[in-house]
Amino acid sequence: MAEVMLEVRELSTKYVTRFQESVYAVDHVSLKVEEGKSLGIAGESGCGKSTLALSLMGYYFAPLHYMSGEIIIDGRNISGMNPDDVRKSILGSEIAYIPQSAMNALNPTQKVINIIKDVFQAHDPYKTKQEIHEYARDCFECLGLPVEVLQKYPVELSGGMKQRTVIAVSVLLYPKVLIADEPSSALDVTSQKMVIKMLKKLMEDGFIKSMIFITHELPLLYNVTDDIMVMYAGQIVEKATAKEAVFDPLHPYSKGLMGSIIVPESGLRDVKLAAIPGVPPNLKNPPTGCRFAERCKFVIPECRVTSVGLKEIEGDRSYRCIFSEKELREAYLKEAYQYAR
Amino acid sequence: MLDEKPPCLSTRGLTKVFGLGNQRCVAVDHVDLDLGETEVVSIVGESGSGKTTLAKLLLGLINPTEGEVYFQGKKRDIRTQKKKREYWRNIQAIFQDPYTSFNIFNKIDAVLLDCIHMRGGRKLPQARKVELMKEACSFVNLKFEELTNKYPFELSGGQMQRLMIARIFLLKPKILFADEPTSMIDACCRATILDMLMQLRRETNMTLIFITHDIGLAYYVSDSVYIMKQGKFVESGCADDVILHPRETYTQRLINDVPKMHEAWDLSTV
Repeated sequence: MAEVMLEVRELSTKYVTRFQESVYAVDHVSLKVEEGKSLGIAGESGCGKSTLALSLMGYYFAPLHYMSGEIIIDGRNISGMNPDDVRKSILGSEIAYIPQSAMNALNPTQKVINIIKDVFQAHDPYKTKQEIHEYARDCFECLGLPVEVLQKYPVELSGGMKQRTVIAVSVLLYPKVLIADEPSSALDVTSQKMVIKMLKKLMEDGFIKSMIFITHELPLLYNVTDDIMVMYAGQIVEKATAKEAVFDPLHPYSKGLMGSIIVPESGLRDVKLAAIPGVPPNLKNPPTGCRFAERCKFVIPECRVTSVGLKEIEGDRSYRCIFSEKELREAYLKEAYQYAR
Repeated sequence: MLDEKPPCLSTRGLTKVFGLGNQRCVAVDHVDLDLGETEVVSIVGESGSGKTTLAKLLLGLINPTEGEVYFQGKKRDIRTQKKKREYWRNIQAIFQDPYTSFNIFNKIDAVLLDCIHMRGGRKLPQARKVELMKEACSFVNLKFEELTNKYPFELSGGQMQRLMIARIFLLKPKILFADEPTSMIDACCRATILDMLMQLRRETNMTLIFITHDIGLAYYVSDSVYIMKQGKFVESGCADDVILHPRETYTQRLINDVPKMHEAWDLSTV
């Protein structure tokens, strides 16, 4: 069995607004990423994907606050650690995080090599200038990036190249887990493919041991990750392998998400896109029952009252719904039959 | 079908050049385009291929360096502000970024009221105007009562994009450009927005032009597809032909780069 790189148990975090209201953005999330595996997180905007990514780093700053739960990286519990210690000893070397629109994270007044020097000043101040240069050059060559990039300013690079530079800089210290939050959402298809190729190469060459990939583009997620976790309103509603989650979703929300996939393949034009009506609930005071009840097609009165935990089923899958696996499958079949008529 | 009617909007040798000397950049290069009435067309290309510049030229937001635009068989004349307004009564657009498409100083009812006025409803009684606005909002699943006295930036991205469609619903233009209408919103909202646009098209019979880099979307919505590369159309035709059986190597590469569900995604070809 592969070594567990990142384990999260019942992690909850919240945002505190300036009116002292709490928004419970991540609610009792548990996950496990093994060595050499990648985990995808799917969900629509506002369901807590990015907040989860931030929370996983263990680096909390206002308005995000830690509530409860454990984050264990390679056997070391980092939850509740002093933020300064986390920044010095965890970020970069244990967990690397690529934020959304990461290409704007590059300082426009600094050359790329200076940005790399900055990383080493914080984590390994005894490295000489010469060593850093050589190291950076080797690293960039290995990742298939042109070495000239090092001597350029970020504004001289194209969007895709900037994104790949950010990724290269973030994995310089061989982190165990790489959290990539929508790394390709602002890029066109060709640059996107290059970024994905680079991420895959990072895994193969051992720069990173495991990866968490966040996006709402399901075809991309399906092609990149081994497992998919679907989030809704701060909770995990389904966890399965990529293939099962996409082609055989169980939770009504996942089912709805999969209905919105558009890919240029034959047969697409015959399918009617299924949009999920309504909006996610306000997490200031989350509903007592199932959080998806308001938008669910198969809702029954009980749904609104009893909250359901994650149900484990065979094949290492789990889902969060009041109905049993059999009932859900029957409901989907019936629906498909009605649509065909 | 196309041959019977004169094209609604057409261009001949349309060119736009930015910069001078060695900074010279030909964004749109001698484009000939014929758009029939009630057609749904997609213009697909990578970033930097000149899609948005072409849309801006057709909308009359920038002036072409060379070439002509013909609207309903006649040469387009938008030299004065009055004529421009007249032109925009027929041609409208939805832009990529909903956050920057609205005037931040105008409240939402002012935005919608403007559209009614532009359609020639300036003298309508107030009650009728409110009724029209309510109708537009309910078309896009927004509640008018909640929107009055709000500014556009108080809404979410998806809501703003829907408000944009409400504007189009009131204006009922002949031609609508949708410049990456769904690239800033997530995949589930995308289906809703597309549904609304297509429903609006069925009701008003307008010509719809999607400008996008999302090949899946282009294939899903459009009758014909134009593939753009460095300011030129490299391939065009019926959506099924172009997307499923591309002839040009550029198109083939573009379609190969999209992650798919039922085919393997070949990462080695970048």
